[in-house]
Amino acid sequence: MKKLFRPTRRALIKGAGATAAVAGISGFPAISRAQADVIRIGHLTPRTGFLGVLGDYAVMAADQAADEINAAGGVLGRKIELLKEDSVNPQTASTKAERMIERDKVACIVGEISSASCLTIAQVAQRTKNLFVNTGGNSDALRGSNCNRYMFHVESQNSMYVKTVGRSLLAGNMVKGKKWYSLTADYAFGHDLLRVAKRFMEQNGGQFAADELVPTDLSDFSSILTKIRNSKPDLVVSNLAGNQITNFLKQYSEFGLEFPVAGFGFDTAVAWGAGKGNFFGTWPLVWHHLIDTAGSKKFVADFTARYKKPPENQAWGDYIALKILAQAMNDAKSIEAVQIIEHLEKEPKFDLLKTRPGYFRKYDHQLMHEMYAVEALKANELKNQWDIYRPSAPVPAPNEPLDVIAATAEENACKMT
Amino acid sequence: MTTALFVQQVLNGLLDGVYYLLIALGLSLIFSLGGIVNLAHGGFFAIGAYLTITLAEYLGFGGAFVVAPVAVALLGVVIERFLFRPFYRADPLLSLLLTFGLALVAEQTLRWIYGAAPMSFAIPQGLRGQIWIGDFSYSYYRTILIGVAILCVAGLWVLLHKTAFGRVVRAGVQNPDMVGALGISLEPYMAGIAALGIGLAGLAGVLLAPIYAVHPAMGQEIITPAFVVVVIGGLGSFWGVVVAALLVGLVKGLMIAFGYTAFSTAAIYLMMMLVLLFRPRGLFGERIQRFE
Repeated sequence: MKKLFRPTRRALIKGAGATAAVAGISGFPAISRAQADVIRIGHLTPRTGFLGVLGDYAVMAADQAADEINAAGGVLGRKIELLKEDSVNPQTASTKAERMIERDKVACIVGEISSASCLTIAQVAQRTKNLFVNTGGNSDALRGSNCNRYMFHVESQNSMYVKTVGRSLLAGNMVKGKKWYSLTADYAFGHDLLRVAKRFMEQNGGQFAADELVPTDLSDFSSILTKIRNSKPDLVVSNLAGNQITNFLKQYSEFGLEFPVAGFGFDTAVAWGAGKGNFFGTWPLVWHHLIDTAGSKKFVADFTARYKKPPENQAWGDYIALKILAQAMNDAKSIEAVQIIEHLEKEPKFDLLKTRPGYFRKYDHQLMHEMYAVEALKANELKNQWDIYRPSAPVPAPNEPLDVIAATAEENACKMT
Repeated sequence: MTTALFVQQVLNGLLDGVYYLLIALGLSLIFSLGGIVNLAHGGFFAIGAYLTITLAEYLGFGGAFVVAPVAVALLGVVIERFLFRPFYRADPLLSLLLTFGLALVAEQTLRWIYGAAPMSFAIPQGLRGQIWIGDFSYSYYRTILIGVAILCVAGLWVLLHKTAFGRVVRAGVQNPDMVGALGISLEPYMAGIAALGIGLAGLAGVLLAPIYAVHPAMGQEIITPAFVVVVIGGLGSFWGVVVAALLVGLVKGLMIAFGYTAFSTAAIYLMMMLVLLFRPRGLFGERIQRFE
């Protein structure tokens, strides 16, 4: 009789290899069989790929926040426990979110950087009626056409980034009658940012010298830089993301171009990674490590002591999101999504380590808070490898309401579902 | 478009091709002789870049330029001896799994040691600047890069075509059994080829560290286009790989030059498809019995 299944050594190796490969792709599942009296919080963020740089900071900061919250007595007398996973891509992110909610019974999900993954996690959150706090996805659409009741945004929306840097550009007379050469990352985030940036430019009388979509796997900018040199724009605008900004900065400096540069999306890590003399221009940040408040100084000191390097903006996002959640759960006296949402929709104020406290706007669940437009220091002004820009005054100014930099209902309509 | 601008764009494209060339030559050699599809090749490229940054602190960029590729080549010899060798006559699927695993190990190890954030590194002061000839301008550093790459390709060609070592390697590619029957063991030659191929990937890492973001996944980013080059060029053909690499760079560069930036990277895959449709063995691929 013919055997249907005959295990051989070779089949075994193949099987083992395949398993290892699959595990390598999807990241090992979190092993967690903790006691029932902890509050579990799911943390999802990309650890690999071109956003992995930022995910690293997100995870470090989330760990720090969880330890601080537990050291201060936890939430409602219970310790919190983070379940951390690599979200990889939108499909995997939603599968993992589902598993965290259904199998691991997390109280909520925090994190993410990719706008596309935010969307799939938000859909799971809505379907299962769980809370999702977005700490890194910028796209306006997440707060507009795709907004939903179960999603809150600590990360600023693209409109806030554009209007923050936009103020610097208007002040420097870089918009009216000027020609912009714009480079945009060719995926969801870039397209959304370009739409908002273009609206700002047109409202203020600027025009495009060129408007290019750049594939996310393009790392050599030489052909583009040659075109920029030839077109002599008044301003080069970056709507790029992740490591691509590092490539762009390094090669822009290599080509010796001297047109002013501004970006509408930015993370400090990509400039730290560019190298001395390779950072220039005006860039928006949601937070930076040179903010002169007691809260920020303490956060920077504790983070630096723990990880031997200062935190960057993404670290603030995940840190502050967990702090806000802990406080909201304590104040609402519940870990149930519905109660927390009701509480947050009353727009309570939270300390954000900045000069003014902030709140989640009820209309679209966007955190209203101060932002910063930083100006790169010249190579001869640098004192160390971290302090690469001049700290700026918060935007908006102290006498203005926080929501002046946010998208209006006309610009970004949200119908909560 | 003026002539000067066009020439610059052609140069940009060709140089982009040169990066792929340094990676693809090693890939092609290791596959042709050993039958191993080295998915970890990008990992060696990344290790070369990271080593450069670490070594440059002590030896300067010049020192790193010499030491880092040699160190990566030695690593290649060790990997060949202990990991590749058992798989030369095994099911190709197994070596594919092996090198896929190696690529993951390399990337995660770099992430573990150096962190996920890109490493700060810039072109050394003396190599910065532009060369101007009338309207024509070109980055000084890239000009040096092209020079180094031409030297490497020429050196490799001489080694493969004008020396006893090269004759055995080329015979081994065509018919390893016959080489064995003549009493020549291919194993030491394979070690030499691994050292060369992997060392070239390391060298590419050194050369690109000053102008590309140095991060753990950089190897993964370059490996796919390098495979496209090998497939377009055809196996067993030295000039096939050279022509294909330059062609891939040129097509990408000119797509951008003529305003089709968004499709520039997709174009090279389209080109691969067309080549495979009309010339399944690649542009210059030789008929190699054991791969048919």
